[in-house]
Amino acid sequence: MIGFNILVLVSLTYVALLFAVAFAAEKRAERGEVGWLRSPLIYTLSLSIYATAWTFYGAVGYAARSGLEFVTIYLGPMLVMVGWWWVVRKLVRIGRSQRITSIADLISSRYGKSNLLGVIVTVLAVIGTTPYIALQLQSVTLSFSVFSGELTALKFEDLKNTALVVAAGLALFTILFGTRTLDANERHHGVVTAIALEAVVKLVALLTVGAFVVWGVADGPGDIVRKIEASKIADWNLQGGRWATLIFLSAAAFICLPRMFQVMVVENADERHVAIASWAFPLYLMLMSLFVIPIAVVGLNLLPGENPDLYVLTIPLALGQDGLAMLSFLGGFSSATSMVIVAAIALSTMVSNHIVMPIWLNARQGGATVSGDVRNVVLRARRISIGAVLLLGYLYFHFSGGGGALAAIGLISFTGVVQVLPALLGGIFWRGATRVGAALGLILGFGIWAYTLFLPSFGDSFIMSAAMLDQGPFGISWLRPRALFGIEGLDPVVHAVFWSMVLNTGAFLIGSLLTFPEPLERLQGAQFVNVFEHSRNAPGWTSSAAEAEDLLIMSQRILGAAQAQALFQRAASGQGKAGYLPDTTPDFIETLERELAGSVGAATAHAMVGQIAGGSYVSVRDLMAVADETAQIMEYSNQLEAKSAELGRAAVQLREANEKLTALSIQKDAFLSQISHELRTPMTSIRAFSEILMSGPMSEADQTKFSTIIHDEAIRLTRLLDDLLDLSVLENGQVTLNWQAGSLHDVLERAVAATTTMAAGRALTILRNEALEDVALVTDNDRLAQVFINLISNARKYCDAKKPRLSIGIGQQGEAVTVDFVDNGSGIPRASQSVIFEKFSRVSDKSQAGGAGLGLAICREIMDKLGGSITYLPGQEGTAFRVTLPLAQAKAAE
Amino acid sequence: MSAPPNTVYLERRTYRRRRMMDAARLLPVLGVLLFLVPLFWAPDPVQPAATARGMAYIFAVWAGLILASAWISRCLARTESGADAQEQSR
Repeated sequence: MIGFNILVLVSLTYVALLFAVAFAAEKRAERGEVGWLRSPLIYTLSLSIYATAWTFYGAVGYAARSGLEFVTIYLGPMLVMVGWWWVVRKLVRIGRSQRITSIADLISSRYGKSNLLGVIVTVLAVIGTTPYIALQLQSVTLSFSVFSGELTALKFEDLKNTALVVAAGLALFTILFGTRTLDANERHHGVVTAIALEAVVKLVALLTVGAFVVWGVADGPGDIVRKIEASKIADWNLQGGRWATLIFLSAAAFICLPRMFQVMVVENADERHVAIASWAFPLYLMLMSLFVIPIAVVGLNLLPGENPDLYVLTIPLALGQDGLAMLSFLGGFSSATSMVIVAAIALSTMVSNHIVMPIWLNARQGGATVSGDVRNVVLRARRISIGAVLLLGYLYFHFSGGGGALAAIGLISFTGVVQVLPALLGGIFWRGATRVGAALGLILGFGIWAYTLFLPSFGDSFIMSAAMLDQGPFGISWLRPRALFGIEGLDPVVHAVFWSMVLNTGAFLIGSLLTFPEPLERLQGAQFVNVFEHSRNAPGWTSSAAEAEDLLIMSQRILGAAQAQALFQRAASGQGKAGYLPDTTPDFIETLERELAGSVGAATAHAMVGQIAGGSYVSVRDLMAVADETAQIMEYSNQLEAKSAELGRAAVQLREANEKLTALSIQKDAFLSQISHELRTPMTSIRAFSEILMSGPMSEADQTKFSTIIHDEAIRLTRLLDDLLDLSVLENGQVTLNWQAGSLHDVLERAVAATTTMAAGRALTILRNEALEDVALVTDNDRLAQVFINLISNARKYCDAKKPRLSIGIGQQGEAVTVDFVDNGSGIPRASQSVIFEKFSRVSDKSQAGGAGLGLAICREIMDKLGGSITYLPGQEGTAFRVTLPLAQAKAAE
Repeated sequence: MSAPPNTVYLERRTYRRRRMMDAARLLPVLGVLLFLVPLFWAPDPVQPAATARGMAYIFAVWAGLILASAWISRCLARTESGADAQEQSR
């Protein structure tokens, strides 16, 4: 049996070794030889702080009580790491690009750097982690007491003293190595290396004990399987609800636990390490859990009455394997200490950044101007926080009486910290998540956790009486802490996880949907959710020595390369330096800022230069002002653009209207001059011949001749006026048509007869196909005849063939009948074809026929009124017109 | 990380890389399904001692997921460093 003193000696030696390793690692890092300190192996091993004393000792006890269920605690984290592409990779990238220092910082930063959320998460983390730290202290003291060989006789008071010593020692280590530097990126090489070493120790210890149990106690794997099947945990009694809930719970806790966030995100040195840890860490967990069931089964056989939580220690001791027991003790010690150290660092960072610093800055009211000043305050706050966190853990252990199965406390703690999950996942995947939603979800989830799981865990006490547990507060049965809303029979953990997560997520979603985020919140939201679009694998801090170069790069972007270089060269030579990089004196900065202001405006230039030349130069308020200004200008310019487009459209419309009016005015002028010309010609001859008649006596023959001329001219004038009147009536639509039944043949007959009687001397042969003309019509026969007469007489007048001939053809086109008038003249030139239907248009100046050019215009109006049309038919022998009459009216006559 | 949105057809290597990302996303889903399978095992009334078999199943799935994850992350890491080198040389 190993004496208590030897045990203490070994422990102290081990602790001294850890101090030495941490110290050496810090020294190496200080010299810049990071090398293997930042290898994927160290990263993976540091993740193993997930496996605490709870899993080192507790997993075996858990397996001895409920069989295979213990494995869920490992399956969750294993799935998270296998699914690194979803969450872990994104968290690490965000952590690096946003310089995140803790999970509280991540939540607060995502939701517009809200300190309220930082405080909530910090408080939640402290309350959730304190029992866990107590658990570690308890397991270490228990393992001490096992070695002292008087577990039952040892008083609780003595255990408390051991716990106090352990807590003090851990506080010392954490303060020494956890608060050495105030790095912007918060990396602790010494601590990480030490916990990596501890990870190796606990793995080796558990594997050795496992191998001893399988091959030393039992006769190899086959025997173990037989033993398992014969043991009391052999039966397959998986509780589905617990199985699924615990996998979810452990997966969520793996992401949300402050200490896990610390090693996974904050201490991460390279994103590529995550890819390797994605399989290496599951492998580590598998090895850790491989021998849990065998150890539990052998322990149940060998030491039936003892605490199964300590089988890992008690089996080797019972079999006289002192060395193995010592290794196992060191494994458990490592598990406990590494967890406490990292948890204390993570919590102290959160407490100092989100609770102490805001209070301190508020108390100073802007008096903190010296940077060294703040630095010391932060470090002191962290050291005190570490001490306080460990003291809290110790006090919890002291007052809780050190009872309870390890696993139960572990699960309670897990359920508390996973309340951060909705706000966390919502924050990195959903831009619509708002601060109000996150705060509501966190507070509600936290409250339900405390009410349904944390407070009842103290049992019948002053906090929650047995009566309240059984009947609900004030006898309201649906508010019973273990059967919310009357749902009974659920396992307490499943019950608490279910209700807290459902209500937490619900409050988070509804709160986010109903509220509107602040500008900074939206900015941060976009940067978090779209982190892969904005950043590459983030480089380290750029040192401030490169300021002038940075300024040059920025100015080149704004001013253009040549101009910026000239400006910088001028400034450099003004300072007596060669090259392009002057010293960044206030004068130079001022000049540059003015120069840039010409391009981008004063506020932006101020902010941009400030960002490079001095970190504290620019505040968020400045940036917001710039953004507001820009937004206003953009909106104004958008408005202007819209207005100018509208004006442009109006101008085009006006121009079109003006053109139309001008054209109409020209038309009117032309019409008036045509009319007066047409009227004046006959009037002139009438006046001239009347004067001759009045001037004196003349022969009878002359008198007759002159009065005939006057008469003819008067008739022509009358006809012109008639035509004008007719056209005007037709155009105004005042004409009344005399619809009657008739036949096309009759109408044509009438027209041909009329034109022959008024024969103006020239002979015109008219060719007709009378067989086809027998088409019945309902139309205004007189008007239709007027059209035909006009066309025939036109042919008679204008056909310039030697033997003028006009053929009248009848055809059918779908619903219409066509009447073509084709003569053998030279036709109408193409250029004139489009104008022949206009008023006063005459193809030639030969006014021999004395027409005023109104005939075809009248024809077109008549045909419109009759529902048909008249068009010029090109490509015929000579001049050709086609009259189209709707056949529907022809049919109506049948 | 993401190609210009107007690219429809990707180079073969990039295409393979995208599918590897899909595989990395799907693997945990597969893991969840496989680990929920034991819930459907009805207790065998004749031979109720099934913990040993359950353990064998769990650890087999576990090992399979580790191998798959190792293979995927190796492929992704290799193409990523290749892509980085390419972009820097541009």
